[in-house]
Amino acid sequence: MPAAQETIRQVHKIDVDQYKYGFETKIETEKAPKGLNEETIRFISERKRESGWMLEWRLQAYRRWLQMQEPRWARLSYTEINFQDYYYYAAPKSQIEPKSLDKVDPELLATYEKLGIPLKEQEILTGVRKQGERSELDSNIYASDRVAVDAVFDSVSVITTFKEELARAGVIFCSISEAVRKHSELVKKYLGSVVPIADNFYAALNSAVFTDGSFVYVPKNVRCPMELSTYFRINERNTGQFERTLIIADEGAYVSYLEGCTAPQRDENQLHAAVVELIALEDAEIKYSTVQNWYPGDKEGRGGIYNFVTKRGDCRGNNSKISWTQVETGSAITWKYPSCLLRGDNSRGHFYSIAVANGHQQIDSGTKMVHLGRNTSSRIISKGISAGFSENTYRGQVTAHRRAANARNFTQCDSLLIGNDCGAHTVPYIEAKNATAQFEHEATTSKISEDHLFYVMQRGIQEEEAIALIINGFVKEVIQELPMEFAVEAQKLIGISLEGSVG
Amino acid sequence: MLEIKNLYARIGETEIIRGLDLKIEDGEVAAVMGPNGSGKSTLSYILAGSKNYKITKGDILYNGQSILGINAAERAVLGIFLAFQYPMEIPGVAMMEFLKVGMNAQRKARKEPALNVSEFLKHVKAMAARLEMDMSMLKRPLNVGFSGGEKKRAEILQMVLLNPKFCVLDETDSGLDVDALKTVAEGVNALRASDRSFLVITHYQRLLDYIVPDTVHVLYKGRIIKSGDKSLASYLEQNGYTDIIGEPI
Repeated sequence: MPAAQETIRQVHKIDVDQYKYGFETKIETEKAPKGLNEETIRFISERKRESGWMLEWRLQAYRRWLQMQEPRWARLSYTEINFQDYYYYAAPKSQIEPKSLDKVDPELLATYEKLGIPLKEQEILTGVRKQGERSELDSNIYASDRVAVDAVFDSVSVITTFKEELARAGVIFCSISEAVRKHSELVKKYLGSVVPIADNFYAALNSAVFTDGSFVYVPKNVRCPMELSTYFRINERNTGQFERTLIIADEGAYVSYLEGCTAPQRDENQLHAAVVELIALEDAEIKYSTVQNWYPGDKEGRGGIYNFVTKRGDCRGNNSKISWTQVETGSAITWKYPSCLLRGDNSRGHFYSIAVANGHQQIDSGTKMVHLGRNTSSRIISKGISAGFSENTYRGQVTAHRRAANARNFTQCDSLLIGNDCGAHTVPYIEAKNATAQFEHEATTSKISEDHLFYVMQRGIQEEEAIALIINGFVKEVIQELPMEFAVEAQKLIGISLEGSVG
Repeated sequence: MLEIKNLYARIGETEIIRGLDLKIEDGEVAAVMGPNGSGKSTLSYILAGSKNYKITKGDILYNGQSILGINAAERAVLGIFLAFQYPMEIPGVAMMEFLKVGMNAQRKARKEPALNVSEFLKHVKAMAARLEMDMSMLKRPLNVGFSGGEKKRAEILQMVLLNPKFCVLDETDSGLDVDALKTVAEGVNALRASDRSFLVITHYQRLLDYIVPDTVHVLYKGRIIKSGDKSLASYLEQNGYTDIIGEPI
């Protein structure tokens, strides 16, 4: 696992206190004029060299957005967002789609290196690095021990690695901008088919101004030869990041995808409104993992990312499977409900979540499992940890349609409180429209008490390690669902997020 | 081994330990008995280093050194072990993992090398067998869904493996049937040694039939009011506490 080990090693190395990704990259950027109107959208579309249909799609979304209301039903409190106060497009000047790594601005490469994201695939492949010791003669190039990365910096994708190798397997992995131009038939067919342009306020905004993101297509009966991953970085001040990700697993295909996110420390709130659409056709499986570590704001609750995300997977074919795994440690505000539409018969949807809130962070997150086909099943495991002055809400909906005979759901929703000034809330909506559905919901709320710590410490384990032990035990069920190479990183991230929160 | 000198301790505004004196020699098994609410469990928590209690006066010397300034983990490293009356549940952490983390933390603090995994496993298996514990139990999250008896066995297993010098057993007999009591007592007796001491806290004499003490002390209202040999326990069993205390309880 050379790439992953490298990632982990580098993450270990950059050990700044609390939020360690808060540095800023000094780089010249090209921006759209501040604010949002039809001109901004035309500007974006032009920069992306899109054809007419895409611009029309965007404008249609924008017009719908103008008529929509910002949702306020979540348990989140924040001052009104002035959408005219943001930049909707920012791109490093030097960065107009490089063809290879040596054409990428060294400043950018340095940034990703600092973040521990391995972009330098050649080094890994040629075995220059000590770890892994891969030889060029290694014939098994499809061994799934490497990770292909798409790196998105503000509004553009700066590089996608392992592209050629993936292409040999027939897998398309590129930025969404490139897909709009080069694979327009696929994009036209699937974009907006899971999250329609006017699905909700933030999805409509995203549809109008989305700048970049990843596109994945795995053809029939292909098992994607490596983990795919996108790394999102917001750098520019007052910039919104609106990424759009579209993943299609054709019949019998399999893909595992991971996204990671960070941003510099800033006093003002940055906006992030992403849309992710997954489509699994018959017998296909998509595993989508997120490690979200946007800047959460400072101790007094100043700054931090506002994270409004619409993620939805469509189990369109029979026997298909979609699984969401998320580790959420960052953002000032999180509004996010990765969901599954279980349309195909025997399709399965999973949601595994760890949501960690500390300081003044607020999280309103959960999932929707919509059972439409027969014999569909879903599983929800949610672990919320609240510390400091944070508020952490699980909001979930499980519904069975009239024709969804034998729908099954199991929900386990656990909350862990650390300290006396935080809150944990659980809001499940359960709706079964046929008598054969079986839904189970279990929930617990517990607190790391002095008594727990005393017990563990009495065995010779110091306080910090005792807390880590208790928390790791609490989140274990979900960590196990992450691709192995990211599990360690996620565990460490949770530890850092909660540093100094007990006692 | 241990000397408690004129100790006063409180939780919040309530004074629970009021001028307690107690001395335990190397290799001694001392029993502390007393009616409910006399401060027995408090004594065990204070010895182990709970932060819930405030020491207002007096001292606790362990091998001649005061331990009042050091925390629970550091005391454990010095060899002080408490078998809890109500052990805590730790979801998601298998007992085996917990044992390993605890043992390694102590070894690290003592600057000893980390455990050899295969030796550790062998040792755990042998000790678990002696306490009639099934290995499958060691793979379960610690104390989660354990019966009262299982929890007590798990405590004793931890004690055996951590190899402490001063063991405090807080009401280890509660919730155990006679067979389990015998097994647990055998586990404790096997640890008796000239360089290891025990403080056995119990409400009933029953446990002391199996773990025979060298000395017996009666704790009442936060002080030791009478000390004697093992015959004191039998006396209490027959006559109750009333005439020793000198007032009805």
